[in-house]
Amino acid sequence: MSDTSLQVKIWRGTGATDSGRFVDYSVPRQENQTVLDVVTHVQRVLDATLSYRFACRVGMCGSCAMTVNGQARWTCRTHVAKVLGDDGVLEIAPLSNLPVVKDLATDMSPFFDKWAQARGRFQGDQTRHDPFARVRPDSPERQAANAGIECIGCAVCYSSCDVVQWRPDFLGPAALNRAWTLVNDVRDTERTERLRAVAGDAGCHSCHTQGSCTERCPKGLAPTLGIAGLKRTVARAAVKGTL
Amino acid sequence: MTLDPQAVAQARRWYWQRISAMVLALCVLVHLITMILAVRGGLTAAEILGRTQGSLAFAGFYTVFVLACAVHVPIGLATIAREWGRLGERAALWLARGVAGVMLALGLRAVWAVYTAGA
Repeated sequence: MSDTSLQVKIWRGTGATDSGRFVDYSVPRQENQTVLDVVTHVQRVLDATLSYRFACRVGMCGSCAMTVNGQARWTCRTHVAKVLGDDGVLEIAPLSNLPVVKDLATDMSPFFDKWAQARGRFQGDQTRHDPFARVRPDSPERQAANAGIECIGCAVCYSSCDVVQWRPDFLGPAALNRAWTLVNDVRDTERTERLRAVAGDAGCHSCHTQGSCTERCPKGLAPTLGIAGLKRTVARAAVKGTL
Repeated sequence: MTLDPQAVAQARRWYWQRISAMVLALCVLVHLITMILAVRGGLTAAEILGRTQGSLAFAGFYTVFVLACAVHVPIGLATIAREWGRLGERAALWLARGVAGVMLALGLRAVWAVYTAGA
Protein backbone atom coordinates (compact mmCIF):
# COMPACT_ATOMS: atom_id res chain seq x y z
CA MET A 1 0.00 0.00 0.00
CA SER A 2 2.90 2.35 0.64
CA ASP A 3 3.50 2.80 -3.10
CA THR A 4 0.24 4.69 -3.49
CA SER A 5 -0.49 8.16 -2.23
CA LEU A 6 -3.45 9.65 -0.48
CA GLN A 7 -5.14 12.87 -1.60
CA VAL A 8 -5.74 15.04 1.46
CA LYS A 9 -7.54 18.39 1.79
CA ILE A 10 -6.71 20.26 4.97
CA TRP A 11 -8.46 23.45 6.12
CA ARG A 12 -5.95 26.27 6.52
CA GLY A 13 -6.78 29.64 8.05
CA THR A 14 -6.25 31.85 11.05
CA GLY A 15 -9.63 32.01 12.72
CA ALA A 16 -11.92 35.02 12.55
CA THR A 17 -9.58 37.23 10.54
CA ASP A 18 -9.40 34.75 7.68
CA SER A 19 -12.30 32.74 6.31
CA GLY A 20 -9.88 29.94 5.44
CA ARG A 21 -9.76 27.43 2.59
CA PHE A 22 -8.87 23.80 1.91
CA VAL A 23 -5.32 23.11 0.70
CA ASP A 24 -4.44 19.91 -1.20
CA TYR A 25 -1.63 17.61 -0.06
CA SER A 26 -0.39 14.25 -1.24
CA VAL A 27 0.59 11.89 1.57
CA PRO A 28 2.12 8.39 1.20
CA ARG A 29 -0.51 5.76 1.98
CA GLN A 30 0.52 3.39 4.77
CA GLU A 31 -1.12 0.32 6.17
CA ASN A 32 -2.97 0.92 9.45
CA GLN A 33 -2.59 4.66 8.95
CA THR A 34 -4.64 6.91 11.23
CA VAL A 35 -5.96 10.37 10.32
CA LEU A 36 -3.60 11.82 12.94
CA ASP A 37 -0.69 10.06 11.19
CA VAL A 38 -1.70 11.85 7.98
CA VAL A 39 -1.87 15.28 9.64
CA THR A 40 1.46 14.64 11.38
CA HIS A 41 3.09 13.69 8.06
CA VAL A 42 1.87 16.94 6.49
CA GLN A 43 3.20 19.01 9.38
CA ARG A 44 6.58 17.26 9.66
CA VAL A 45 7.37 16.68 5.99
CA LEU A 46 5.28 18.95 3.77
CA ASP A 47 4.41 22.15 5.64
CA ALA A 48 5.78 22.92 9.09
CA THR A 49 3.40 25.88 9.52
CA LEU A 50 0.35 23.60 9.87
CA SER A 51 -1.17 23.92 13.34
CA TYR A 52 -3.06 21.10 15.04
CA ARG A 53 -3.40 19.66 18.52
CA PHE A 54 -2.66 16.21 19.90
CA ALA A 55 -1.02 14.66 22.96
CA CYS A 56 -1.44 11.01 23.92
CA ARG A 57 -2.09 9.41 20.47
CA VAL A 58 -3.94 6.52 22.16
CA GLY A 59 -7.45 7.86 22.72
CA MET A 60 -7.09 8.99 26.31
CA CYS A 61 -6.52 12.75 26.32
CA GLY A 62 -9.26 14.01 24.01
CA SER A 63 -7.17 16.70 22.31
CA CYS A 64 -6.96 15.53 18.68
CA ALA A 65 -10.61 15.70 17.57
CA MET A 66 -11.19 17.17 14.10
CA THR A 67 -13.87 17.12 11.42
CA VAL A 68 -12.96 14.26 9.06
CA ASN A 69 -14.95 13.96 5.84
CA GLY A 70 -17.76 15.97 7.41
CA GLN A 71 -17.95 14.21 10.78
CA ALA A 72 -16.29 15.02 14.09
CA ARG A 73 -13.94 12.20 15.10
CA TRP A 74 -10.97 11.47 17.36
CA THR A 75 -8.23 11.37 14.76
CA CYS A 76 -5.70 9.24 16.67
CA ARG A 77 -8.06 6.25 16.77
CA THR A 78 -9.64 6.76 13.35
CA HIS A 79 -8.11 4.66 10.60
CA VAL A 80 -7.96 6.25 7.16
CA ALA A 81 -9.43 3.06 5.67
CA LYS A 82 -12.54 3.49 7.82
CA VAL A 83 -13.40 7.02 6.67
CA LEU A 84 -12.11 7.18 3.10
CA GLY A 85 -15.00 7.65 0.66
CA ASP A 86 -15.34 6.32 -2.88
CA ASP A 87 -13.54 9.39 -4.26
CA GLY A 88 -10.45 8.47 -2.21
CA VAL A 89 -10.13 11.99 -0.80
CA LEU A 90 -9.59 12.69 2.89
CA GLU A 91 -10.96 16.08 3.99
CA ILE A 92 -9.80 17.33 7.38
CA ALA A 93 -11.23 20.47 9.03
CA PRO A 94 -11.32 21.89 12.56
CA LEU A 95 -14.20 21.00 14.91
CA SER A 96 -17.50 22.82 14.30
CA ASN A 97 -19.24 25.04 16.89
CA LEU A 98 -15.92 26.27 18.30
CA PRO A 99 -13.83 29.32 17.29
CA VAL A 100 -10.78 28.41 15.20
CA VAL A 101 -7.40 29.53 16.55
CA LYS A 102 -5.47 28.47 13.45
CA ASP A 103 -5.83 25.68 10.89
CA LEU A 104 -7.03 22.56 12.74
CA ALA A 105 -6.68 23.94 16.27
CA THR A 106 -9.89 25.28 17.87
CA ASP A 107 -10.34 27.39 20.97
CA MET A 108 -11.86 24.96 23.49
CA SER A 109 -12.65 27.70 26.08
CA PRO A 110 -16.42 27.93 25.40
CA PHE A 111 -16.63 24.13 25.68
CA PHE A 112 -14.90 23.94 29.07
CA ASP A 113 -16.50 27.16 30.38
CA LYS A 114 -19.84 25.41 29.96
CA TRP A 115 -18.63 22.48 32.09
CA ALA A 116 -18.02 25.05 34.84
CA GLN A 117 -21.44 26.68 34.22
CA ALA A 118 -23.11 23.26 34.55
CA ARG A 119 -21.37 22.83 37.93
CA GLY A 120 -19.26 20.02 36.58
CA ARG A 121 -17.14 20.03 39.73
CA PHE A 122 -17.60 17.53 42.56
CA GLN A 123 -18.43 19.11 45.91
CA GLY A 124 -18.33 16.87 48.96
CA ASP A 125 -18.49 17.58 52.68
CA GLN A 126 -15.93 15.01 53.89
CA THR A 127 -12.25 15.52 54.59
CA ARG A 128 -9.31 13.17 54.17
CA HIS A 129 -9.69 12.29 57.86
CA ASP A 130 -13.20 10.92 57.40
CA PRO A 131 -13.72 7.26 56.54
CA PHE A 132 -14.33 6.31 52.91
CA ALA A 133 -17.86 6.77 51.65
CA ARG A 134 -19.60 3.46 51.05
CA VAL A 135 -21.43 3.45 47.74
CA ARG A 136 -23.01 0.23 46.52
CA PRO A 137 -21.71 -0.42 42.99
CA ASP A 138 -25.04 -1.95 41.98
CA SER A 139 -27.19 0.95 43.21
CA PRO A 140 -29.15 2.68 40.41
CA GLU A 141 -27.47 6.04 41.10
CA ARG A 142 -23.96 4.59 40.89
CA GLN A 143 -24.81 2.67 37.71
CA ALA A 144 -26.14 5.89 36.10
CA ALA A 145 -23.00 7.76 37.12
CA ASN A 146 -20.71 4.96 35.90
CA ALA A 147 -22.37 5.07 32.48
CA GLY A 148 -21.12 8.62 31.90
CA ILE A 149 -17.78 9.00 33.68
CA GLU A 150 -15.44 7.81 30.92
CA CYS A 151 -15.75 11.12 29.02
CA ILE A 152 -12.34 12.37 27.80
CA GLY A 153 -13.52 15.89 26.95
CA CYS A 154 -12.74 15.68 23.22
CA ALA A 155 -15.74 17.89 22.21
CA VAL A 156 -16.78 15.53 19.39
CA CYS A 157 -20.34 15.58 20.84
CA TYR A 158 -20.35 19.37 21.20
CA SER A 159 -19.17 19.78 17.63
CA SER A 160 -21.84 17.36 16.35
CA CYS A 161 -24.75 18.99 18.21
CA ASP A 162 -27.26 20.96 16.10
CA VAL A 163 -28.77 22.60 19.18
CA VAL A 164 -25.37 24.12 20.09
CA GLN A 165 -25.34 25.60 16.59
CA TRP A 166 -28.89 27.00 16.92
CA ARG A 167 -28.56 28.18 20.53
CA PRO A 168 -25.00 29.26 21.30
CA ASP A 169 -25.81 29.42 25.03
CA PHE A 170 -26.87 25.73 25.16
CA LEU A 171 -24.54 23.94 27.58
CA GLY A 172 -24.02 21.00 25.21
CA PRO A 173 -23.85 17.22 25.65
CA ALA A 174 -20.51 16.87 27.46
CA ALA A 175 -21.22 19.43 30.20
CA LEU A 176 -24.72 18.01 30.76
CA ASN A 177 -23.37 14.44 30.79
CA ARG A 178 -20.91 15.53 33.46
CA ALA A 179 -23.69 17.20 35.47
CA TRP A 180 -25.76 13.99 35.27
CA THR A 181 -22.91 11.88 36.66
CA LEU A 182 -22.63 14.29 39.62
CA VAL A 183 -26.41 14.44 40.18
CA ASN A 184 -26.14 10.67 40.63
CA ASP A 185 -23.09 10.88 42.91
CA VAL A 186 -24.56 10.33 46.39
CA ARG A 187 -21.50 11.96 48.01
CA ASP A 188 -22.04 15.27 46.22
CA THR A 189 -23.67 18.07 48.25
CA GLU A 190 -24.65 20.54 45.52
CA ARG A 191 -27.42 18.63 43.80
CA THR A 192 -30.00 21.42 43.94
CA GLU A 193 -27.55 24.07 42.76
CA ARG A 194 -26.55 21.83 39.86
CA LEU A 195 -30.17 21.15 38.88
CA ARG A 196 -30.71 24.92 38.86
CA ALA A 197 -27.61 25.41 36.71
CA VAL A 198 -28.85 22.98 34.05
CA ALA A 199 -32.55 24.02 34.10
CA GLY A 200 -34.26 25.61 31.13
CA ASP A 201 -33.43 26.04 27.47
CA ALA A 202 -29.80 27.09 27.95
CA GLY A 203 -29.50 23.96 30.09
CA CYS A 204 -30.94 20.57 29.31
CA HIS A 205 -34.47 21.39 28.12
CA SER A 206 -33.71 22.49 24.59
CA CYS A 207 -32.08 19.15 23.69
CA HIS A 208 -34.12 17.66 20.82
CA THR A 209 -32.97 14.08 21.50
CA GLN A 210 -31.56 13.82 17.98
CA GLY A 211 -28.78 11.66 19.40
CA SER A 212 -25.84 12.91 17.30
CA CYS A 213 -23.74 13.12 20.48
CA THR A 214 -24.47 9.51 21.35
CA GLU A 215 -23.95 8.41 17.75
CA ARG A 216 -20.56 10.13 17.46
CA CYS A 217 -19.09 9.75 20.99
CA PRO A 218 -15.82 7.88 20.45
CA LYS A 219 -16.06 6.42 23.96
CA GLY A 220 -19.52 4.99 23.29
CA LEU A 221 -21.19 7.12 25.97
CA ALA A 222 -24.82 8.21 25.74
CA PRO A 223 -25.12 11.89 26.70
CA THR A 224 -28.67 11.84 25.25
CA LEU A 225 -29.68 9.43 28.00
CA GLY A 226 -28.11 11.57 30.72
CA ILE A 227 -29.76 14.73 29.36
CA ALA A 228 -33.14 12.94 29.34
CA GLY A 229 -32.55 12.09 33.01
CA LEU A 230 -31.71 15.72 33.80
CA LYS A 231 -34.83 16.96 31.96
CA ARG A 232 -37.08 14.68 34.01
CA THR A 233 -35.40 15.42 37.33
CA VAL A 234 -35.32 19.20 36.82
CA ALA A 235 -38.85 19.47 35.37
CA ARG A 236 -40.37 17.44 38.21
CA ALA A 237 -38.64 19.71 40.71
CA ALA A 238 -39.77 22.82 38.78
CA VAL A 239 -43.41 21.71 38.69
CA LYS A 240 -43.37 20.70 42.37
CA GLY A 241 -41.73 24.03 43.24
CA THR A 242 -38.73 22.38 44.92
CA LEU A 243 -36.15 23.64 42.42
CA MET B 1 -26.75 29.66 43.08
CA THR B 2 -29.63 32.03 42.35
CA LEU B 3 -32.53 30.54 40.50
CA ASP B 4 -33.27 31.94 37.05
CA PRO B 5 -37.09 32.35 36.84
CA GLN B 6 -36.91 32.09 33.06
CA ALA B 7 -35.17 28.70 33.32
CA VAL B 8 -37.86 27.43 35.69
CA ALA B 9 -40.58 28.57 33.29
CA GLN B 10 -38.78 26.82 30.44
CA ALA B 11 -38.49 23.61 32.48
CA ARG B 12 -42.24 23.79 33.28
CA ARG B 13 -43.10 24.34 29.63
CA TRP B 14 -41.01 21.28 28.75
CA TYR B 15 -42.98 19.29 31.36
CA TRP B 16 -46.38 20.41 30.09
CA GLN B 17 -45.44 19.73 26.50
CA ARG B 18 -44.48 16.21 27.52
CA ILE B 19 -47.73 15.65 29.45
CA SER B 20 -49.83 17.08 26.58
CA ALA B 21 -47.94 14.82 24.15
CA MET B 22 -49.05 11.78 26.18
CA VAL B 23 -52.66 13.00 26.12
CA LEU B 24 -52.41 13.69 22.37
CA ALA B 25 -51.01 10.24 21.64
CA LEU B 26 -54.12 8.70 23.23
CA CYS B 27 -56.50 11.20 21.62
CA VAL B 28 -55.10 10.69 18.12
CA LEU B 29 -55.41 6.93 18.52
CA VAL B 30 -59.03 7.10 19.69
CA HIS B 31 -59.82 9.71 16.99
CA LEU B 32 -58.40 7.56 14.16
CA ILE B 33 -60.02 4.32 15.31
CA THR B 34 -63.39 6.06 15.78
CA MET B 35 -63.16 7.63 12.32
CA ILE B 36 -62.33 4.33 10.62
CA LEU B 37 -65.18 2.56 12.39
CA ALA B 38 -67.64 5.43 11.94
CA VAL B 39 -67.06 5.71 8.19
CA ARG B 40 -68.63 2.28 7.76
CA GLY B 41 -71.97 3.74 8.84
CA GLY B 42 -71.83 6.47 6.17
CA LEU B 43 -70.11 9.77 5.61
CA THR B 44 -72.90 12.33 5.20
CA ALA B 45 -73.06 15.40 7.43
CA ALA B 46 -76.43 14.29 8.76
CA GLU B 47 -75.06 10.92 9.85
CA ILE B 48 -72.03 12.51 11.56
CA LEU B 49 -74.16 15.08 13.35
CA GLY B 50 -76.56 12.32 14.30
CA ARG B 51 -73.77 10.68 16.25
CA THR B 52 -72.22 13.81 17.75
CA GLN B 53 -75.22 16.00 18.51
CA GLY B 54 -75.97 16.03 22.20
CA SER B 55 -73.27 13.46 22.95
CA LEU B 56 -71.43 14.50 26.10
CA ALA B 57 -68.81 11.79 25.53
CA PHE B 58 -68.02 13.30 22.12
CA ALA B 59 -67.93 16.88 23.43
CA GLY B 60 -65.80 15.92 26.46
CA PHE B 61 -63.30 13.92 24.43
CA TYR B 62 -62.77 16.61 21.80
CA THR B 63 -62.58 19.36 24.42
CA VAL B 64 -59.66 17.48 26.01
CA PHE B 65 -58.17 17.02 22.52
CA VAL B 66 -58.39 20.76 21.77
CA LEU B 67 -56.91 21.68 25.16
CA ALA B 68 -53.97 19.30 24.68
CA CYS B 69 -53.33 20.75 21.19
CA ALA B 70 -53.50 24.30 22.52
CA VAL B 71 -50.83 23.44 25.11
CA HIS B 72 -48.58 21.27 22.95
CA VAL B 73 -48.42 23.09 19.62
CA PRO B 74 -47.59 26.64 20.81
CA ILE B 75 -44.69 25.45 23.01
CA GLY B 76 -43.14 23.61 20.08
CA LEU B 77 -43.83 26.51 17.76
CA ALA B 78 -42.04 28.90 20.13
CA THR B 79 -38.98 26.61 20.03
CA ILE B 80 -39.01 26.50 16.23
CA ALA B 81 -39.40 30.30 16.11
CA ARG B 82 -36.44 30.68 18.49
CA GLU B 83 -34.09 28.22 16.79
CA TRP B 84 -34.96 28.47 13.12
CA GLY B 85 -36.81 31.80 12.93
CA ARG B 86 -34.19 33.61 15.04
CA LEU B 87 -36.92 35.22 17.17
CA GLY B 88 -36.10 36.39 20.69
CA GLU B 89 -37.54 34.61 23.74
CA ARG B 90 -40.23 37.24 24.39
CA ALA B 91 -41.36 37.48 20.77
CA ALA B 92 -41.49 33.68 20.46
CA LEU B 93 -43.62 33.43 23.62
CA TRP B 94 -46.07 36.09 22.44
CA LEU B 95 -46.36 34.29 19.13
CA ALA B 96 -47.06 31.08 21.08
CA ARG B 97 -49.73 32.75 23.24
CA GLY B 98 -51.42 34.12 20.13
CA VAL B 99 -51.45 30.72 18.45
CA ALA B 100 -52.74 29.09 21.65
CA GLY B 101 -55.61 31.61 21.75
CA VAL B 102 -56.55 31.03 18.10
CA MET B 103 -56.38 27.24 18.50
CA LEU B 104 -58.53 27.33 21.64
CA ALA B 105 -61.12 29.63 20.06
CA LEU B 106 -61.40 27.73 16.77
CA GLY B 107 -61.21 24.29 18.38
CA LEU B 108 -63.77 24.87 21.14
CA ARG B 109 -66.10 26.68 18.73
CA ALA B 110 -65.97 23.66 16.42
CA VAL B 111 -66.66 21.26 19.30
CA TRP B 112 -69.61 23.39 20.40
CA ALA B 113 -70.98 23.64 16.86
CA VAL B 114 -70.89 19.89 16.25
CA TYR B 115 -72.28 19.16 19.73
CA THR B 116 -75.24 21.48 19.36
CA ALA B 117 -75.42 21.09 15.54
CA GLY B 118 -76.32 24.76 15.30
CA ALA B 119 -79.44 24.31 17.44
